[in-house]
Amino acid sequence: MMPTNWFDRNLKWIYTMPAVLFVLLMMVFPILYTVRISFYEWSMSATVPPKWVGLANYSALLSDIRFWSSVKNTFVFSIGALLAETVLGVAIAMLLYRDFRGKNFVKTLFLLPMVATPVAMGLVWLLIYEPSIGLANVLLKMFGLDPLLWIASPKQVIASLIVIDVWEWTPMISLIVMAGLSTLPAEPYEAADVDGATGWQKFFHLTLPMLRPTIIVAVMLRLIDVLKTFDIIYSTTQGGPNMKSETLNIYGYTLGFQYFKLGMASSLLVIFFALVMGLTLFMIWLRKRLEVSV
Amino acid sequence: MNQTMKRVLNTVLISAVSAGLLAGCGGGEGTKQPVDVQASAKPFEGEKLTIVTANHPWGDAIKEMVPQFEAKTGMKVDVQSFFEDQLTQKLTVQFTAGSASPDVYMYRPLQEAKLFFKNGWIQPLDDYAKKDDDYDFNDFSKAAVGSNTVDGKLTGIPIITEQHILYYRKDLLQKAGIPVPKTMDELIEAAKKLHDPKNEMYGFAARGQLSALVSQISSFMYSEGGEFMQGDKATLNTQESIKGMATYATLLKDYGPPGVLNMSWPQAIGVFAQGKAAFFADANSIYKNATDPEKSKIADHVGFALFPAGKAGSKPFNITSWGLTMNSKSANKDAAWEFMKWATSKEIVLATQKKGNPGARLSVWDNPEGTTAFPKEYADVTKETQKGGVDHSLPQINNVSEARDIIGAIVQKAISGEDIKAAADQANKEFQALIDKEKGK
Repeated sequence: MMPTNWFDRNLKWIYTMPAVLFVLLMMVFPILYTVRISFYEWSMSATVPPKWVGLANYSALLSDIRFWSSVKNTFVFSIGALLAETVLGVAIAMLLYRDFRGKNFVKTLFLLPMVATPVAMGLVWLLIYEPSIGLANVLLKMFGLDPLLWIASPKQVIASLIVIDVWEWTPMISLIVMAGLSTLPAEPYEAADVDGATGWQKFFHLTLPMLRPTIIVAVMLRLIDVLKTFDIIYSTTQGGPNMKSETLNIYGYTLGFQYFKLGMASSLLVIFFALVMGLTLFMIWLRKRLEVSV
Repeated sequence: MNQTMKRVLNTVLISAVSAGLLAGCGGGEGTKQPVDVQASAKPFEGEKLTIVTANHPWGDAIKEMVPQFEAKTGMKVDVQSFFEDQLTQKLTVQFTAGSASPDVYMYRPLQEAKLFFKNGWIQPLDDYAKKDDDYDFNDFSKAAVGSNTVDGKLTGIPIITEQHILYYRKDLLQKAGIPVPKTMDELIEAAKKLHDPKNEMYGFAARGQLSALVSQISSFMYSEGGEFMQGDKATLNTQESIKGMATYATLLKDYGPPGVLNMSWPQAIGVFAQGKAAFFADANSIYKNATDPEKSKIADHVGFALFPAGKAGSKPFNITSWGLTMNSKSANKDAAWEFMKWATSKEIVLATQKKGNPGARLSVWDNPEGTTAFPKEYADVTKETQKGGVDHSLPQINNVSEARDIIGAIVQKAISGEDIKAAADQANKEFQALIDKEKGK
């Protein structure tokens, strides 16, 4: 009878064990190991062991122009993409929430970019942006506009990448907002109708405030993701031209797998991890505060 | 009863889930034991080798011929292929983990030899290569072997060589009455004349991507008397080096196709093959993209010329782009060498070269059969370039990737209209710091 009792008593630990093990092995361990490597200098060599350098990797990074320009690129790209995605995402959700014929068909269509493989889509956009024969310039010429260089221009590259990200991820915001819309109560709207409110007034004074918690969740999820964007950038520009689209993630990859500076790459990732973590905690705090005040 | 059932169920569940979890962590490769060796004619009977190649025509050609080798030696050879970029990453990860597999692999000497050698991932091959007189190691082109030498040690056997040449459009030059340019000044002049962006015809196409362009500017620098580095001194901002880079940047900036900053060789030769560029400079090894009617609109009009001369003459790179080397941890080095010896023997090099893979054996190039795969003009230009040329197209340091990005930035800035002298001074400083750091260790 003993073993059975032991099982019964510890059932809650036993059944969660695989999940806990997974998190420990696949998440906690790699993160701690990265922190450890970030204090060493190591080129993955089998003959030259890692060398303890203390905080040298961090101080080298902080005085590295390329690091700061990648911080800037990360934020310009993330904020630009996030703003556009939130505004468009909410707008599209409002449009799709109403009833019309073929609604489900249109909804599915809208979700397609999100489901597609990012690297494949990156390659498709590479063709779209091709300066002489790409679709983007063909369209511009059709409307009588001057063709652009898109991702081949140091000045336009970030904006061009934002377009790709917006195209791919706006549907996610729409999806979450639509779910939020379906939970809104009907009474306030009835009251507003009685008071003779216009559609815009209803949107700004009812829908938007009531949706705020949902939108914040959507923005938060998207923020974490957009900061980490790698696939789209790597498959189109690899950080070029002139390193003008090199984000933290791309620079980290270059440091680690092209320059073989594993220590420096790790310290960059630790800083990056702290940054994402900080922003996420801030968003959670913001959400709680706003929810309380609603 | 019920209790027992529950216990069994629990145990099964837990072990199943944990086993699933752990399965991903293992990566053991079953070790193979040679079957008892008795037939002395086949000393490697039953041995198993793993070979890793890039997705490259040479790899495809070898794969087809491997059964011959297996029949001859009784070995079992497993050939795996990967895309160029993934290849390095895969190898790096495997070697870092101390893997004994693959036994033999394809590598890019100028990019990887120094680092791989320093990290202990390469078996020095001097003793093997010079052991056999039949093998005739001296038959390999000196420059090609030079590309595969680190600290006086042979790090690999050259399998694919390439030289920097000038591709041109016969029809356009003829129509405009322009002779094939022999000097840099003539090239710039001709590119200018044929440049007609309104009709989507550009004077000159070449790589403009940060890292990819660095090997291409090397010949431009050498031909003006410049170099990346001399001894331990960075020489990116000498007058000669800047002159070479400036010529390249000017050609692309003033007479190049739009979007050149994002072009590596596939895009650049694409522009040429679409009939939108009069000149194209790159390695000769990729010529099929321009002469294959399925890929090229101008297949019949492609001309090949020697690299134009600068102040210091015509000094294009003449290098080994791919070599074959051995894992220093390989469990059976003699068997691995047996394969390498076979794959780079006169007979097999002739066979692979007939399929369009330019090898490094001079005897094969002198053999009329050896050049049947190539257009006549191409073979002539290649043979001529092989006589001289420089044995490296990249700076010779450990961290080539980082150096490439530093150097590439000069040219990208110049193409974007920034001052090339300032860019070169800045890059020279960074490059010097990189060299000093490596020497300090």
